[in-house]
Amino acid sequence: MKKDRLQRMLVTSASSVLAVVVALVICAVLLKVTGKDPIKAYSTLFGAASEGKVLQDALNRATPLFISAAAVAIGFKMNLFNIGVEGQMRVALLSTAVVGGLVELPAPLHVLFCLVVAMVSGAAWAGIAGYLKVRRGVNEVISTIMLNFVALALVAWSFDVFFREETDSASLLVKTKELPTSAWFPDFVDRRLNGMLVVALLVLVFFYVLVWKTKFGFRLRASGGNPGAARVTGVNPMRMVAISMLLSGALAGLVGMRALLGDVHAYQNGLAEQQGFNGIAVALLGRNHPVGILFSGLLFGFLSAASGKLQLEEIPKEIVTIMQGIIVFAVVIINGAVKRWDERRIQRRAAAELERRAVEVAAA
Amino acid sequence: MSTETLTPDSTSTTSWWGGLSRRRRTMVLSLAALLVLSIVRIITGADDITSSGTVSSTLRVATPILLAGLAGLWAERVGIVNIGIEGMMIVGSWLGGWAAYQWGSWPAIAIAMCGGALVGLIHAVATVRFNVDHVVSGIAINVLAAGSTEYLSIIAFKGKKGAGESQSPTGKGGYGEFDMPFLTGGRIGSWRSPDILGWIERQHSIPLIPDIAGFLRGLTSDVYLPTVLALAFIPFTMWLLWRTRFGLRMRASGESPAAGESLGVHINRLRYQAMAVSGALAAFGGAYLSCVFTSTYRQGQTGGQGYIGLATTIFGNWTPLGVFRGALLFGFPTALKYRDDQNVPALFLVGAVILLLVAVTLVRRRQFSTGSAALVTAAVAVWIYAAVAEVPETLVTATPYVVTLLVLAGARQQLRPPAHAGQPYRPGENH
Amino acid sequence: MSENTAVDAVVLEGIGKTFPGVRANYDIDLRVRSGTIHAIVGENGAGKSTLMKTLYGMHQPDEGTITVEGRQLVMSSPTEAIAAGIGMVHQHFMLADNLTVLENVILGAEPVGRRGVLKLGEARERLHTLMASLGVHFDLDAPVSSLGIGQRQRVEILKVLYRGARILILDEPTAVLVPQEVDELFVNLQRLVAEGATVIFISHKLDEVLAVSDEITIIRQGTTVATVTPAEVDRRALGQLMVGSELPDPSGRESAIGDEVVLEITGLDVAGHAPGSKLALEAISFAVRAGEIVGIAGVEGNGQLEICEAILGLVAAQRGSIHLEGRDVTNAETRDRLALGLSYIPFDRHREGLLLEAPLWENTFLGREEDPSMTSGPFTVRRRMEADSRTVIERFGVRTPSEQVPAFALSGGNQQKLIVGREMASNPKVLLAAHPTRGVDIGAQAAIWEELRRARDNGLGVLLISADLEELIGLSDTILVAFDGRITAHLDPETATPELLGSFMTGEMQETH
Repeated sequence: MKKDRLQRMLVTSASSVLAVVVALVICAVLLKVTGKDPIKAYSTLFGAASEGKVLQDALNRATPLFISAAAVAIGFKMNLFNIGVEGQMRVALLSTAVVGGLVELPAPLHVLFCLVVAMVSGAAWAGIAGYLKVRRGVNEVISTIMLNFVALALVAWSFDVFFREETDSASLLVKTKELPTSAWFPDFVDRRLNGMLVVALLVLVFFYVLVWKTKFGFRLRASGGNPGAARVTGVNPMRMVAISMLLSGALAGLVGMRALLGDVHAYQNGLAEQQGFNGIAVALLGRNHPVGILFSGLLFGFLSAASGKLQLEEIPKEIVTIMQGIIVFAVVIINGAVKRWDERRIQRRAAAELERRAVEVAAA
Repeated sequence: MSTETLTPDSTSTTSWWGGLSRRRRTMVLSLAALLVLSIVRIITGADDITSSGTVSSTLRVATPILLAGLAGLWAERVGIVNIGIEGMMIVGSWLGGWAAYQWGSWPAIAIAMCGGALVGLIHAVATVRFNVDHVVSGIAINVLAAGSTEYLSIIAFKGKKGAGESQSPTGKGGYGEFDMPFLTGGRIGSWRSPDILGWIERQHSIPLIPDIAGFLRGLTSDVYLPTVLALAFIPFTMWLLWRTRFGLRMRASGESPAAGESLGVHINRLRYQAMAVSGALAAFGGAYLSCVFTSTYRQGQTGGQGYIGLATTIFGNWTPLGVFRGALLFGFPTALKYRDDQNVPALFLVGAVILLLVAVTLVRRRQFSTGSAALVTAAVAVWIYAAVAEVPETLVTATPYVVTLLVLAGARQQLRPPAHAGQPYRPGENH
Repeated sequence: MSENTAVDAVVLEGIGKTFPGVRANYDIDLRVRSGTIHAIVGENGAGKSTLMKTLYGMHQPDEGTITVEGRQLVMSSPTEAIAAGIGMVHQHFMLADNLTVLENVILGAEPVGRRGVLKLGEARERLHTLMASLGVHFDLDAPVSSLGIGQRQRVEILKVLYRGARILILDEPTAVLVPQEVDELFVNLQRLVAEGATVIFISHKLDEVLAVSDEITIIRQGTTVATVTPAEVDRRALGQLMVGSELPDPSGRESAIGDEVVLEITGLDVAGHAPGSKLALEAISFAVRAGEIVGIAGVEGNGQLEICEAILGLVAAQRGSIHLEGRDVTNAETRDRLALGLSYIPFDRHREGLLLEAPLWENTFLGREEDPSMTSGPFTVRRRMEADSRTVIERFGVRTPSEQVPAFALSGGNQQKLIVGREMASNPKVLLAAHPTRGVDIGAQAAIWEELRRARDNGLGVLLISADLEELIGLSDTILVAFDGRITAHLDPETATPELLGSFMTGEMQETH
């Protein structure tokens, strides 16, 4: 049986690896066709892995991806597509920047307070979509996409009108009262790696334990896998939807915290842009599993960090965005293609195994 | 086939309303809407609400949304959920911008539609052949489209005159616009005919008549040919879906592919064909943005209109006319804003009146909680109108999304999506 | 037969078909004479449906030949079968709910003019003629969703006739019908046959088959074993041919019914689905004692589902009360009711009973999350879940290599055994069993009946809902009939016959109090 599990894990990760390979090939072709040298591009890109600075940057970029992917993946476990991570993150960013500056607390408590505020705001925004689904049957795909745009508009407007603080310099910063102690202690002496990474990893661990090792997690997966069967055993599907959306939103709220607490320490337009949305790709590539998310997040973070190097070689760094897009597309296609084959294989093997045993018993 | 969202269902309380045919009901509602707008116009002095300029502007703003909505309709009617409309629009707008300055306007649209059809086919292959979840595939397409066009813009546009890393050079050649003779001052030969409707429209103190004139004039003046082409897709789609064999089979694919397959219908082939059309329509919408509405491609031009289009598909109850109504509704606030900022707050008054009517209908139908919610919202709308001199642009852009959410939340009973939309189907595995 | 006998309608020789992991058909030999009603009989899983799908072109046989009216054919799609004059009425209707009757009938065979425009007038005329000859009438523009089950079946027959089918295949047509409706259907079929059609119908209901067919072919374990006429066999012999041994018998009990009332429903009302519609359940009252099996007969959709859901607590009781083991649970949560010793074998094992993609050890845990032997605080203990699963698998004879296998890899019968095992594993006091042996092969059916009897003899109280009248009559100590949301009969299985039950089930007869 151990062999079975190992085999299934290999099949699952093989599709992700294959997707990366496919993406590299297609991007190489694209580069060639548009007059750039793929060999030079890839050697620059992957050669950057030898630089410590790039690796640190990669980990910093991976941090929000881990959290965002976990938020999306929790939704997926309940068959919910929380595409609204971006909007929830944004609402949480502004709320935390404002509310966090209103209190005075000693350092570790202040940070904790900010994290809690972020989670509550994210959950609240996600809760709107959850309410619409539970009470009014509105599909969460549409509602979260709509709410993303509403959040963008609302946050931009309220920042502009209420919370903006003019400074002499050209950049507009909400003045923050974040004490320097509220920025995390970095791991490396040169203050490059942010402590939110630890939080992100904790989130992944929490995700794993919650979903696979608890009664609640079992009910969550049962509800997502077969809501009819879960309902009959007393799980209230609507309650599950609500809890799921809130959990997902709470995690989404944390996504921007690295940028806010560890980097800029104030809200500004464009802060942490796309970090929420990119988590969807990481979740898909990581197959909604914490280990997969870990590797995918690292990959995407690295690609992002190393892409800057490409500019030096006159290669537009946007090729990396295309690469990420193709990876995601390829992985879902390969998974779709493999799934049916895999199911039939399992059926065949089960039947064969039974035959074998029957023969054994007869012989004995 | 379409259902009015405000139409009472079978047990109606007022007999004259229940006795009206659907066409009559539409006419009555439209007239009522115009009356409300007219009264508000007179009260607030916001003449632009029903001016012909606004109407034709609305039409232009609404066209890409209409095309996106039709794209969503074509896809969902065969059972495929197309979240990737935004990506297909982006591709269309880029191809349009790229082709327009090299080869002219009409080739640009053609090339864009071909590109869109291709992307549509990719979505079809992923969902039909490989059973990828429809939403996931759509999102992946959006990501890919955005990234690819960013990259290609740099390659293609950088260093060209009048362009930049995220913007194409200006497209060449126009499309031919026309005004209708006599009614709106169109040309006959080289003679400019009188502008009758325009004159009527300017009599501001009279209720309703000038508004109707403005409405009609807006539809018939300053009309671009691509707009006409886009509008032509509405009756074409209606005719196709309900009067032809292809359309029946399309609808069957979306309602019950198992039934269709058992009768020898090639479900998968239909889905590929419909998705190609869906992609082409979406791309047309994108090209419209970069070639007709403006004359350059700009990064981020589509600005979420693909999603609004999907919203109109739902809002329009999966019918072409419904989609058109939705597109007009969503386009109206934006168009008004372009015309004159000052007019937009008047819309809140309009909204308040409509909400009041809705509240009355709901209370009569004994849905007290929703009815009182509508009443409260109406009061808030009136207060906003009184308090606000100008609605900031950022909030105006959020209007379509908020309206969509409200409609989806409120009109659940009347919406009837194709039964099998979004569900995986594998040929040969019936039930 | 005499010289002017028509050419045989259908001849199958040596047909075989294999799917991954299972050999569905092999060495099939079938000869259907024109102008007859020919029945194909076999138990669940014997391979009848696969055979018919082959005949209808839905898949191709791996070996063998098909000859239709003298011409050997290879049919690569239903279109070609239709062209050959074969029409199939499926067991699960293939109708698009939101399309009209007319649209459903003409789909795939639409009359068209230039450019593919539909000629609806022409279609309407033809359908009116067909409806007259079949003896039915429909509003062609009504959506199919507005029709009842019997009507939908007739639409399916119309579909087939519209395409000029001369050979009709009906797959388990009587599964959803009540005895009186079955008679009506057979009258229709005999009418068609008299006009020259040939009817092949698949069934496992031996009495019906004997009543209406001219010839019967028996399929067992994937191959044809015999062809007989009703004159040559009786029910018992037919059953033996079908199974290869004696058919299992549900009846027989060893212990007496206890005194303790384990489930009591009093005056239960449950609201209808749409606001303002009439009650789904009205004034339901009955009791189940320890060691007793109470059966509920009824056409699907007359309240059986609502009774189960009310007992489980999935729908609210508007009036009345529910007592479990003497405790009032009318307002209790589902989980609490399950914890009191209530178990449920659901109506639809795929939609309500299993997590198909999950391994068996998670499936046996479903509904038992509060079991302290497998949990530790809020955490689940995998090792213990796996061990418990192995126990269930062994005790109930579920055929599977291990508990790690995902549920979809099991056959229908084994899936059902797993569910029964899971529900019994918590040693319940009350069991709600909905169609416990539906779609299950004879071997599994016998095993499940055995388990139910054994548990009942040990004091379990069972509420049995079934469409299999033989099962109901054999197992139950008392039979109730559900009609239109009410209990309209209390019958003694000793004296209840299928005909009598049928009259109550259709509402023809109702007990008055």
